[in-house]
Amino acid sequence: MFQLKEGVYWAGYIDWNLRNFHGYSTPSGSTYNSYLIVDEKPTLIDAVKHYGFEENLARIKEIIDPAKIRYIISNHTEMDHSGTIDKLLKYCPNAEVVCSPKGAEELKKHFKSNWKFKVVNTGDVLDIGKRKLSFLLMPMVHWPDSMATYSSEDKILFPNDAFGQHYASSERYADQVGLDTVWLEAAKYYANIVLPYGSQVLKVLEAAAKLDFDCIAPSHGLIWRRKQDIEKILSLYKRWASHETDNRVTIVYDTMWKSTEMMANKLFQGLDMANIPVKLMNLQVSQLADIVTEIMYSKFVFFGTPILNNRMLPTMASLLMYIKGLKTKNRYAFTFGSYGWATVGFKEFEESIKEAGFELLREGCYLNFVPEEEELNKLQDVIALVKGKIG
Amino acid sequence: MKKWRCEVCGYIYDPAVGDTEHGIKPGTDFESLPDDWTCPDCGVGKDQFKPL
Repeated sequence: MFQLKEGVYWAGYIDWNLRNFHGYSTPSGSTYNSYLIVDEKPTLIDAVKHYGFEENLARIKEIIDPAKIRYIISNHTEMDHSGTIDKLLKYCPNAEVVCSPKGAEELKKHFKSNWKFKVVNTGDVLDIGKRKLSFLLMPMVHWPDSMATYSSEDKILFPNDAFGQHYASSERYADQVGLDTVWLEAAKYYANIVLPYGSQVLKVLEAAAKLDFDCIAPSHGLIWRRKQDIEKILSLYKRWASHETDNRVTIVYDTMWKSTEMMANKLFQGLDMANIPVKLMNLQVSQLADIVTEIMYSKFVFFGTPILNNRMLPTMASLLMYIKGLKTKNRYAFTFGSYGWATVGFKEFEESIKEAGFELLREGCYLNFVPEEEELNKLQDVIALVKGKIG
Repeated sequence: MKKWRCEVCGYIYDPAVGDTEHGIKPGTDFESLPDDWTCPDCGVGKDQFKPL
């Protein structure tokens, strides 16, 4: 049994084998964090994904008789957190389900049942005894229903998916494991789940700044408790939400017969020689979730594709569709690629990149069949442009 | 000109500001937005908006 603070327990499920979360690669697995607060009216904050039910229930039973639970707070309807509430209610017949107005609508649609709901809004207080829990609605961080629960007594913020990471471990605190991995997973989580909602994140950060907490307990991964880690994750969220980037380049490409790869390598060499940090990512072997994490940090993204059937390669189209949804902003792009007899497909390629929110540094560089050395040298211009933008 | 609020995510359409990212100039009232205009934050249609 794991106690965060007197009377506040972790009762979640560790998903060691998760490797793909609706398309997002999760090499470190994940956890679904469910928190039990033992007070006069025992309260559970979030449940778990369907296959974690038994573990969640067993952990609750180690602490109290589930029939004593009076409130199950559903901070977010998505099935990895609310998926077991229906089963749980059979063991908690006295429990009311506490959620946002949108949460109630969505839970009814998911479970087709009419539970005892207690609908709350920002600022509402739930008296559970010694503790008065309050709520902060966080629409679109990352669903319309999302909300955070705050315990002023314990100084804990339970912000659900915000500040989470997909990371399975026996440890519960971020400072107990390899921190670099945790920061990387936190960044990857933001890039893949939260990136489109920067303006809403900024509002949440502003509201959270008015609360006094020394612990952030998200619904996935590790809990933040050290002052320096809490300050860092809050400032990183602010930075990512503001679409601030580093002066670095991500080159992402696919290739059929190595011509586009030759161009990618030439660009890499030029940038590396100019001491500009650069990462080379081949779509054949890189996960989309990792590519967009790199893009989140990068002020410059170079996209390369050959032409197949007068179109960009489907791997590139898939990446661009994904990025479009993530609403990247304030970044520069450069396009390159190889073609056999017609360049018409590059127009659509460039349009897609502009639609995804990028500003093109200059016209693309497209070379016929196998590039000659002097043709590859034309790529040097763009390195000078990047240098100019970095200043 | 009236502001309209998205009932799904809370986004507020302010005619004075418009939605320049999607080609809507400042000064465009809600009624004049194209029928296929969608909430810039959550993507729902105009029918999900209510006047403030």
